[in-house]
Amino acid sequence: MATLSPTITLKDPKLGHGGSGIHPPTVDGGGDGRDDNGFSDYGARLRRARLGTIIALVAVVMIFVALTSAYVVRRGLPVMDDRSGNYVRDWMEVNLPTALLLVNTFVLLVSSLTAEFARRQITRRVALVPVESIPGVSIGTERNFPWLPLTALLGLGFLFGQWAAWRELQDRGFALATSASSSFVYLLTATHGVHLAGGVLALLYAAITSLTRKPVEARRIVVDVTVWYWHFMALLWIYIFALLEFAR
Amino acid sequence: MATTASIHAHAAPQGFIRKYIFSLDHKVIGLQYYFLALTAVFVGMFLSLLMRIHLIWPAVSLPLVGDIKPETYLSLLTMHGTIMVFFVLTTAPQGGFGNYFLPIQIGAPDMAFPVLNMLSFWTTFIAFVILIAAFFVTGGAPLHGWTGYAPLSALPNSGPGEQLGADLWVTSIALFCVASLMGALNFITTTLDLRAKGMTLMRMPLTVWSWFITAILGLLAFGVLLSAGILLLLDRNLGTSFYVPLVVVNGQVMGHKGGSPLLWQHLFWFFGHPEVYIAILPGMGVASQLISTFSRKPIFGYKAMAYALMSIGLLGFMVWGHHMFMSGMSPYSAFAFSIMTMAIGVPSAIKTFNWLGTLWGGRIRLQTPMLFAIGFVSLFVSGGLSGPFLAQPVLDIPLHDTYFVVGHFHLIMGVAAIFGIFAATYYWFPKMFGRMMNERLGQIHFFITLAGTYAIFMPMHYLGLAGQTRRYSQFTEVAYQTKLIPLQTFMTYAAFVTIGVQLVFLFNLFWSMFKGPKASDNPWEATTLEWTTATPPPHDNFGGHTPVVYHGPYEYGVPGAAKDYIMQNDPATVTSH
Repeated sequence: MATLSPTITLKDPKLGHGGSGIHPPTVDGGGDGRDDNGFSDYGARLRRARLGTIIALVAVVMIFVALTSAYVVRRGLPVMDDRSGNYVRDWMEVNLPTALLLVNTFVLLVSSLTAEFARRQITRRVALVPVESIPGVSIGTERNFPWLPLTALLGLGFLFGQWAAWRELQDRGFALATSASSSFVYLLTATHGVHLAGGVLALLYAAITSLTRKPVEARRIVVDVTVWYWHFMALLWIYIFALLEFAR
Repeated sequence: MATTASIHAHAAPQGFIRKYIFSLDHKVIGLQYYFLALTAVFVGMFLSLLMRIHLIWPAVSLPLVGDIKPETYLSLLTMHGTIMVFFVLTTAPQGGFGNYFLPIQIGAPDMAFPVLNMLSFWTTFIAFVILIAAFFVTGGAPLHGWTGYAPLSALPNSGPGEQLGADLWVTSIALFCVASLMGALNFITTTLDLRAKGMTLMRMPLTVWSWFITAILGLLAFGVLLSAGILLLLDRNLGTSFYVPLVVVNGQVMGHKGGSPLLWQHLFWFFGHPEVYIAILPGMGVASQLISTFSRKPIFGYKAMAYALMSIGLLGFMVWGHHMFMSGMSPYSAFAFSIMTMAIGVPSAIKTFNWLGTLWGGRIRLQTPMLFAIGFVSLFVSGGLSGPFLAQPVLDIPLHDTYFVVGHFHLIMGVAAIFGIFAATYYWFPKMFGRMMNERLGQIHFFITLAGTYAIFMPMHYLGLAGQTRRYSQFTEVAYQTKLIPLQTFMTYAAFVTIGVQLVFLFNLFWSMFKGPKASDNPWEATTLEWTTATPPPHDNFGGHTPVVYHGPYEYGVPGAAKDYIMQNDPATVTSH
């Protein structure tokens, strides 16, 4: 017999904030015995995301440790001169566009500041969610300055500035393969740039999801860890700049 | 960032593709890693077979590769090493069994970041495809060995395989590094953050300890190899001179100048030595788990075992120079590296002593998983004992480029780790597939493999002492080397038998998957959490509840207990320790 009634699809009930799955929240939901107050695993998720970010940053640090040690070794390496047959130092000091790089550094530091404002803004919004849900309670319209898009814009500005610095380096006669020193300048800035671009993408993702109906808690986790990452990228850039400037 | 999605934020997936291909379930991903490694190990084994045949019958034209020229032999050697080290020894114990059982053993519903876990597997898969593609491009596979020493690896015109093939090799390795970093991040976060209530660090099974330490090693080591690989790609394609000094190839002056081939060696071995432990530590964890379970005794010196794992991991980062004694390093640095290397003997001996201490006086059940665990200890000892020889520069310099080194690392890093994988396969197969493997076939597999691997790799030590050089494709030209060919012949026949018996394993694996007798939830009467759940485990591992842990992982033969073992989640009143 053919089916007469239409099929009705039943969805699993979503429980807890952020729709985190089909299982009812338990008192000891995850974590090593720490109590999550029993109402949501949101706090646990934030903690987990932060932990993951810190561990990912360890991996990033190792990449730059490797590059730095290669830099230091290569800088001090005597090289045989093919004409005289003697060992000489062939390290050529790169004429860095320091002024431009200082401007870029300033842009990145400002972006770190705006990123922190974005993080605090969304933290405050999450804290106010329970209050807003009380019927009859109005907390007024909060000033919603677009810190996130501004940070992403400043990040893109920094990347553009780095690209301009590359152009300037080329004009000064330092291409990628000109000397070992110039290779390292491009390599370190490019590796940092790629990591920063990843941060820009994450910020844009967070900014775009603010337009969708994604729960603010889930968005806060993204913003929170990306801003941690962002601050780290600013620190990393200052380190790289100092290395290139003071250990030419 | 989808990776911040909560664990078990994903419901049980429907449909073949979401369930078995792009799955977020750590168990499916673990099996994907396992079968990738299984494919890779047969490719790698086939390559070794070709090499062994060519060594004793140099004139024979071989299937698929035709006539073997010296450079063909080198590309077989390179691909054998790369496939085995990265896609078997790193992939199966950590990506395969670690992925499947680490969350279950700590009582978690999944890995901390399931999407990242999936990405990690598929990146590994793409890396493998790219590596295999190197066989089929113009010039063929690279010649530079799995260690990829510059300048050979850095100059596209230094040999026939060094063109596109070498670029594919470097790209594959770089992708593998990215995948391993994602995996390591996931393992560490999961272990630190997702343990069930009561699962303190010192109640974790030693398998979890070993996967955890391995992940830390991977996190610190793979970033360095990734950097090194990027520099190599730049040298090869964009004319930089990180690794290449002024060189002349085939009468032609290359455009590079001033680079240091030793820089590659330092960066590579800073990764490469921890990599050895990445391959072997999970095997140690499995051996500890199995020897305790099948001796029906608590592991001897649990804390010492955990601390030994940590100190092996720590020392593993301080010894990379022992691979470079031949490079003309300062004798003072060589001395330091030598001392640090021999220091690794201490935690290794602690582990061996504790394994023997666990066996001592136990009610030993000699089932197949236990046989392979004991085999692991045997190979670990016989492969490890040649380590202190090679750790000394005065002995390493004459032995370094001989078969002695080949015998050493194949026994300890190759076959011992493979025995760990076999032990884990026989042990966890019932949990993964719900059926038992055939015991008789397993024993045949074990005894022939044990005898066979010793027959292949022990003679290499004597060949090395007699001065037989490694990486040579034939030994017909030099008188003293020719005299050693009979031993090589013996090894090749041993290889035929050993490889043949792996087909028995393969048959047992797939036959038992479908026809083996149904397994109970806890066929080995073991205590850790994976044996408390259904077989095979449900999508969220424990069917909607989180286990609570009351006991250490190895509570066997507890006086006063009802059975001879207490499960970790058993709230029995018998207290331990």
